[in-house]
Amino acid sequence: MIDKKAIEHIAKLARLHVSGEEAEQFSQQLSKALGYFEQISKVETKGIEPLVTPSDMEVFWREDISIKELSAEELVANAPEKVGNLFKVPPVV
Amino acid sequence: MSSNQAPTYYRGYEAIIGLEIHAQLKTESKMFCSDATTFDAGDNENTSPVSIGMPGTLPVVNKRAIEFSIKTGLALNCEIRKKSVFSRKNYFYPDLPKGYQISQYDEPLCEHGEIKFNVGDKDNKYEKTVSITRAHMEEDAGKSNHFGEYTLINYNRSGMPLLEIVSGPDMRTPQEAAEYARTVRSVLRYLDVCDGNLDEGSLRCDCNISVRKIGAPKFGTKVEIKNINSFRFVEKAIEYEIDRQIDAVEAGEKIPQETRLYDPDKNRTFSMRLKEDAQDYRYFPDPDLMPVIVTPEMIEKFRKELPELPIARAQRFVTEHGLPEYDALVLTAEKELSEYFEVVAKTCKNSKAASNWVMTELLRELNQAEKAISQSPIKPEQLGQLIALIDKGTISGKIAKTVFSEMWTTSKDPEVVVKEKGLLQISDTGAIEKIIDEVLAANTAQVADYRGGRTKLFGFFVGAVMKASKGQANPDLVNQMLTDKLNKPA
Amino acid sequence: MDLIKASLSEISSAVKTKKVSAVEVTQFFQSRITKLDSQLNSYVTVNESASKEAAAIDAKVAKGEDPGLLAGVPFGIKDMFCTRGLRTTAGSKMLSEFVPPYDATVVARLRSAGATVLGKLNQDEFAMGSSNETSFFGPVKNPWDTAHVPGGSSGGSAAAQSARLAAATLGTDTGGSIRQPSSLCGIVGVKPTYGRVSRYGIVSYASSLDQAGPMVSSVSDAALTLEVICGRDEKDSTTSERSVPAFSKNLNQDLKGMKIGLMKEYMNRPGNHVDTSKTVEAAIDAVKKRGAEIVEISVPLTEHAVPMYYLIAASECSSNLARYDGVKYGHRAHFDNLGSIDLDAFYEKSRGEGFGKEVKRRIMLGTYCLSSGYYDAYYNKACQVRRLLRQQYTEAFQKCDVILSAVTTHPAFKIGERVSDPLAMYLNDIYTVSTNLAGLPGMSVPFGMSGHLPIGVQLTAAHFEEQKMLNVGFALEKDSPVAGKAPHVI
Repeated sequence: MIDKKAIEHIAKLARLHVSGEEAEQFSQQLSKALGYFEQISKVETKGIEPLVTPSDMEVFWREDISIKELSAEELVANAPEKVGNLFKVPPVV
Repeated sequence: MSSNQAPTYYRGYEAIIGLEIHAQLKTESKMFCSDATTFDAGDNENTSPVSIGMPGTLPVVNKRAIEFSIKTGLALNCEIRKKSVFSRKNYFYPDLPKGYQISQYDEPLCEHGEIKFNVGDKDNKYEKTVSITRAHMEEDAGKSNHFGEYTLINYNRSGMPLLEIVSGPDMRTPQEAAEYARTVRSVLRYLDVCDGNLDEGSLRCDCNISVRKIGAPKFGTKVEIKNINSFRFVEKAIEYEIDRQIDAVEAGEKIPQETRLYDPDKNRTFSMRLKEDAQDYRYFPDPDLMPVIVTPEMIEKFRKELPELPIARAQRFVTEHGLPEYDALVLTAEKELSEYFEVVAKTCKNSKAASNWVMTELLRELNQAEKAISQSPIKPEQLGQLIALIDKGTISGKIAKTVFSEMWTTSKDPEVVVKEKGLLQISDTGAIEKIIDEVLAANTAQVADYRGGRTKLFGFFVGAVMKASKGQANPDLVNQMLTDKLNKPA
Repeated sequence: MDLIKASLSEISSAVKTKKVSAVEVTQFFQSRITKLDSQLNSYVTVNESASKEAAAIDAKVAKGEDPGLLAGVPFGIKDMFCTRGLRTTAGSKMLSEFVPPYDATVVARLRSAGATVLGKLNQDEFAMGSSNETSFFGPVKNPWDTAHVPGGSSGGSAAAQSARLAAATLGTDTGGSIRQPSSLCGIVGVKPTYGRVSRYGIVSYASSLDQAGPMVSSVSDAALTLEVICGRDEKDSTTSERSVPAFSKNLNQDLKGMKIGLMKEYMNRPGNHVDTSKTVEAAIDAVKKRGAEIVEISVPLTEHAVPMYYLIAASECSSNLARYDGVKYGHRAHFDNLGSIDLDAFYEKSRGEGFGKEVKRRIMLGTYCLSSGYYDAYYNKACQVRRLLRQQYTEAFQKCDVILSAVTTHPAFKIGERVSDPLAMYLNDIYTVSTNLAGLPGMSVPFGMSGHLPIGVQLTAAHFEEQKMLNVGFALEKDSPVAGKAPHVI
């Protein structure tokens, strides 16, 4: 059902490098899993609102106050590459 | 859509224009976290684990951003959804720290609105109505700076609150589009929810344009022009784009669905990217956020808090200040200008004079100096005092212009300028009589001519007297006394 | 004092009354880690400043201050929780060098209650797995038999707690990741109601399912820990405002009047290990003896729980894990010349190298489920069925207070035994995933032995009814055949 070509397309969408061997494996495993998961199509759900957050709770919003807890240095400390306090990436455009 | 303007065609084609305006909401903190929103912070100084998308960090909605969005929706005559939903728009780009943008998708906060405005100049204007398809909240991305071999990312802008206002495809000319954008900006500024600063990017404008042969049932392929940073350029870019598209269609070319950029220096648009392999954004409701629930009580509260909006204010200027409609529209186009005018009018208690002085003298100087009304060196109270001085007869209208230009350069109060420069109007009949006598004595030939029937010379005498008084003589008195003297038999 | 057997409140009061110092308690567990963990591989990172943190608690005691409910109690923390200044890996190469500048809210709450952090515990990569075999840092071994898995994904927490390499541990549970390893390692593990505990700072796997909880040696230790970590967090929009009961003080082993539900769909399932069924039978007898009434209930849609769970969890994870892109933190593939790298290649290589196979598999599955053309059939459909499932549970809880069932189909299996078939591995989660889908609280209490391996029973309650569930667990604990037995490694 999910052939290698579909796997390549999904891998592209997910920005994941997948080797030829992995693609083969994923194709088989995901097809098998999805084949099994198909069973939910048998449940009648017409007009049922999808459920995202499973327990009922009150909505709350934040007051509009600015707070600074960390310095720019602390926030860029984990960067694989940086220039000053900016994150460095390959040329974009 | 109602419009009393005759349809506008271009070489047998009709242009279909829709605008997407991104308004950055004027909050103290970001959409989903407490980072400051200041414009000039150091590199990544206005960030936090949330806005950098660090593991496990979660969004929490800014209450004021909701308030501002609802108020804008109400001002744009939108329906406010009782339940709206934040979704995730998934795509990869370095300025997008989480790999998705939180944005409202199929259930936006505001829908089905409309806005009315006037297009054209004083003598040839018509009212236009443009529908607002939706206005939804979303977060901004960071900023990329390109250096050839690499790109540097600053997330200060990441998570800034935006309201995206999407119009219907209702505009037909570049002028309508520009006027629509100006009107939306004006509303946002009246509401005080957005700076409306196109240079700093607090207001961004994307235009969707297509052309079709007159009478064609379907719209042509839509082309998007992104991030145009002035309303004049909105007009120019659309003008160019309409021509370009008609040329292409006429030449038998297919218009590709694409995003283009406008280059103001060359006055042309150029392709940025094709949209043909449409991105699959895999939208789904953000499970980290609860739906936004808006109660009727909230809507009523915000509706009551709405300030007077441009159209209502213009109407009031007509009824309350007795201004012509056109003047009222000019004065209310900008919130600050309308407020300035009202202070001037209140100070001098002469609305008509206030409107004339603001619209002619002040706006001319501001335009020449490329200054905003808020940067005017003359405060509205001062301009009002100046007009009051004229009305009291302390100075003449002509002297007032001299005083005005002195005020413009020095920001001094008008009384001070009048006093320092000795510009007080001469209303002392003795002093005026003395000047008249001198003028008549120096021009005996003309006096004789006048009395001989050349009454046209009256103006000459007035001019000479005014000149001799350095313009300070009260013109009414001069007129009256000259008449008396000249007509008195010698 | 015997720190291996001491309860958390005993440790805390001993520290407060200076019978033992927090530093001594910390060092006791540190030396056990040094001595024993080479057999288990339960710790990924040991906190070098644990003693210093403990000394600060002792200093508070010395000054007469109250350090809190968990004074001087050393916790092992699953590596999903961000810990300020202490490496947090989520069991992944992707985050193998990530040092968060912030604490997860739960960790911050433990600290402010006087607890110290011994170190970070091994787990399945990004909590995706049920055997702790997907960790980048190698598999964890079951202390009862090191040839067997400890379960997952919180396998490090379960193993460390069971071998007493910490006084208490924290785990996370998305589809059973607290309850299943707790069952396989003979400890008490509680997954609270969705919304009871803040998720802020916990590496997200599936936002609408993830919940943190204690993995400890007794029900009263679990109750005490819950009192500290539960409650609304301003940084997590999905936490509930409900007040947090004093769970530990309210514990009551008298089950008179309590209705225990046995779910038709879960009872006597073919494929269960015989000792699993025996354990459940024994637990039913035990609660009956203590006065509980047994009622039969039915939640038919649990039949579809595994598909629902994997469709939703994979979809959410595909988006939650998009932030790991090698830009801001985490693994970046090596490139000799950044300037010549295409952006997509940069992402694909960094992510391809940083994630392990199971994580990739679930990202792929989730990306597929959300992609254009499949959203309605998979993600949306699963969310609709999810609402129906929750409804059926609500109806079931009108007939009973707590549902009693098995946790897993089998006791701990051997390392490597099931890695080859992902679907078979997924089907192991049959008894645990429904609880997460419906947002219910659930727990595992040790109640049986299969040879030398422990088996737990699962208790599930209605939303926010943790106390009832804890009480049943508290009663079962008194009669547990696992009590008094110790793992091989201790």
